[in-house]
Amino acid sequence: MSLIVDKINYTYEIGTGFERHALKDVSLAIEDGEFVGLIGHTGSGKSTLIQHFNGLVKATSGTIYYNGQDIYDKDYNMKDLRSKVGLVFQYPEHQLFETDIFKDVCFGPKNLGLSKKDVELRAFEALRMVGIPEELFYQSPFDLSGGQKRRVAIAGVLAMKPEVLILDEPTAGLDPKGRDEILDCVKKLHEEMGITVILVSHSMEDVANYVDRIIVMNDGVLTYDDTPKNIFTHYRELEAIGLAAPQVTYIMNDLKQAGINVDTTAITVEEAKESVLRAVRKGM
Amino acid sequence: MIRDITIGQYYQTKSVIHDLDPRVKLMGTLVFIISLFLGKNVWLYLGATAFLAMVIGLSRVPLKFIIKGLRAVVVLILFSTVFNLFLTEGEVVLTIWKLQITKEGIYTAAFMVVRLMYLIVGSSLMTFTTTPNHLTDGLEKGLGFLKIIKVPVHEIAMMMSIALRFIPILIEETDKIMKAQMARGADFDNGGLIKKAKAMVPILVPLIISAFRRANELAMAMEARCYHGSEGRTKMKPLKYKKNDYIAYIVMFAYLAGMIAIKVLRPGMI
Amino acid sequence: MGIVKTENLTFEYIRRDENDNVEGINTAVDNVSVEFKEGEFIAILGHNGSGKSTFAKHINALVMPTEGSVWVDGMDTKDDDKVLDIRQTAGMVFQNPDNQIICTLVEEEVGFGPENIGVPTEEIWERVAKSLEAVGMTKFRNASPNKLSGGQKQRVAIAGIVAMKPKCIILDEPTAMLDPSGRKEVIRVLHELNEKEHVTVVLITHYMEEVIDADRVFVMDAGKVVMEGTPRQIFTEVERLKSLRLDVPQVTELAYELKKAGLSIPSGILMKEELTASLLKLV
Repeated sequence: MSLIVDKINYTYEIGTGFERHALKDVSLAIEDGEFVGLIGHTGSGKSTLIQHFNGLVKATSGTIYYNGQDIYDKDYNMKDLRSKVGLVFQYPEHQLFETDIFKDVCFGPKNLGLSKKDVELRAFEALRMVGIPEELFYQSPFDLSGGQKRRVAIAGVLAMKPEVLILDEPTAGLDPKGRDEILDCVKKLHEEMGITVILVSHSMEDVANYVDRIIVMNDGVLTYDDTPKNIFTHYRELEAIGLAAPQVTYIMNDLKQAGINVDTTAITVEEAKESVLRAVRKGM
Repeated sequence: MIRDITIGQYYQTKSVIHDLDPRVKLMGTLVFIISLFLGKNVWLYLGATAFLAMVIGLSRVPLKFIIKGLRAVVVLILFSTVFNLFLTEGEVVLTIWKLQITKEGIYTAAFMVVRLMYLIVGSSLMTFTTTPNHLTDGLEKGLGFLKIIKVPVHEIAMMMSIALRFIPILIEETDKIMKAQMARGADFDNGGLIKKAKAMVPILVPLIISAFRRANELAMAMEARCYHGSEGRTKMKPLKYKKNDYIAYIVMFAYLAGMIAIKVLRPGMI
Repeated sequence: MGIVKTENLTFEYIRRDENDNVEGINTAVDNVSVEFKEGEFIAILGHNGSGKSTFAKHINALVMPTEGSVWVDGMDTKDDDKVLDIRQTAGMVFQNPDNQIICTLVEEEVGFGPENIGVPTEEIWERVAKSLEAVGMTKFRNASPNKLSGGQKQRVAIAGIVAMKPKCIILDEPTAMLDPSGRKEVIRVLHELNEKEHVTVVLITHYMEEVIDADRVFVMDAGKVVMEGTPRQIFTEVERLKSLRLDVPQVTELAYELKKAGLSIPSGILMKEELTASLLKLV
């Protein structure tokens, strides 16, 4: 059970003179139950890439296999793929349309052709999982706060019971607390339901605390695919492509250079604190 | 998909046509359209072709780009071809099952196709070579006399210019909304007419809400920048006729005169 | 009097249900009295819904106070005859770059404001050139705004305000929709304007990294100003900020945690260099 991307290329507007290569020879494999961060600056191809995962965009060349099946096969059930690989777009405003939240979340499962009872059961469960209290269920989705709208949008996809959940910059525009709440919610989904999560972001600091693996895209090319610790040792190269390691990485490197023997692979404030304390206490 | 539509877009380059006063281009478009309706005559169409080719050449807009714009209306063109081909009475040249193709039908269809294509190419050349702002400036000034009868010319021009700016943004947004709903299993391709119409609701609702939000924010941003109608407003690019503009007027009226002369001298089809 | 001054500024709006019945009254801005001096770089922090945007719109006379007053360069925003002068003195940049760009060409966009206030044609061209230069967008003057990145669009929006020669620029979350590099561009431009042109900047944001170099920081919550001080003073109170749905830069947080763990380092550290220096004293 996995998603395998085999050498895909994607070219925009072929034959118009405005040709642009959005993806160049991208290959990767995502195993069941992984929590992956997909990082890249605007225009790096990360959004185009995830739209390939559920077949919304078809590669110009190359193939994608989901659970061993070629999704570009003529008989392949694309609709089924879209329910298995759930994609939540950046702005919830692009998908919320119903008169109340509950109905809106029902939209996905209803499209799968389930019975009314099953549809409602799934919507109910999904809303509960993202932490929307029941008294909000029958309110208009347009009256919600930014963070709540995002949760409802996530629930709208969760209700289809996807095996893989892809979130495109779910924290853009949220305040720091709202950002933490959404990411904690995603983490909970990952842990409790064992769902595979691909988190798209342009902020390393956001994902460093959560993911086990980071894929870095630059200019349509997959540049790094490794654990966060390994990726952040390349912080100078990351800067060259408009990204940056979390601030703690820089602090730890500075300290090390100043002669304090700290662990430069610390990527969270918590780890950094432990490492600095150890180093300082040893020095004292 | 929808993004392929080039009609109404501006093609950025430097050319004699780009530099013309928008009023000249508006008048030129009008003259060209009139010339197309002068009659069905090969010589007239040859004249129009020459004129159009000259303008395209001078505009430096690639032919490829212009033809791409035609793709959007290919259905319309086919439709009119089929209609004219089969439904014009006259001398029968070919019979397919119960349908008859007449000689007159072939001529009419051919003329119609050319006329439609020229109409579209001619008017889109104007938008290709004129920024929407310039275009609305042209309309505002060219139609300024209507202000006397209380037509809010400036306001209409401003609205048009804003609409043109937001068309590409809304097209892109429609694309995103469609994808977001397809990711939730929405199906826009299958089913009958009613089902298809129903499937539009999840696209239209977010699109309309977003358009209203944008309109609201834009109105506020305009107010914040001291916009208060045309009163006391100056222009960064005031319209002023230059030498080329006068030459263009002469060329276009010479063209029209020539076309009318053809029409008078050669009343038949050929 | 400072360039911007508010006294007991309060803004209330009535919430209605679907049938237009009054459900209640919300107080978006609650008794705010502040004064910004000319040339200052002011940052206003607050979580979403804290009232900071509504407060900002008062300075541009887009919203009128329910109670209290706002003065911009000595002009009362309630004075109808002064509205255009106020908007020219205190220009405003909004969050969504797409929804505030009116024209289809960068240079025309920058000229839009000066056109509205009746600047003569030749001077418009001078102002447009200067403003584009100030935000580093001269290269794109003949481009369509649709082809620009988010950060570039916001810089054009800023140039559009600069061309009106304001004494003060208010920016309502100008970086919320941008990526990190776009955010940096915009903040850099603002500091340059502040330093070179002595324009007063009022930056509204919820990104903490952006306020480090501000002269003064105000933190809003539930329509009130709940904290006020230099960035250093504000960032000393890590727990308080977190309770206000905000956070602090990682270096400040790390320093705070280390201090809590017993290391003797000063509070309110903003730069990584400061942390390195104070840790070096310990080993």
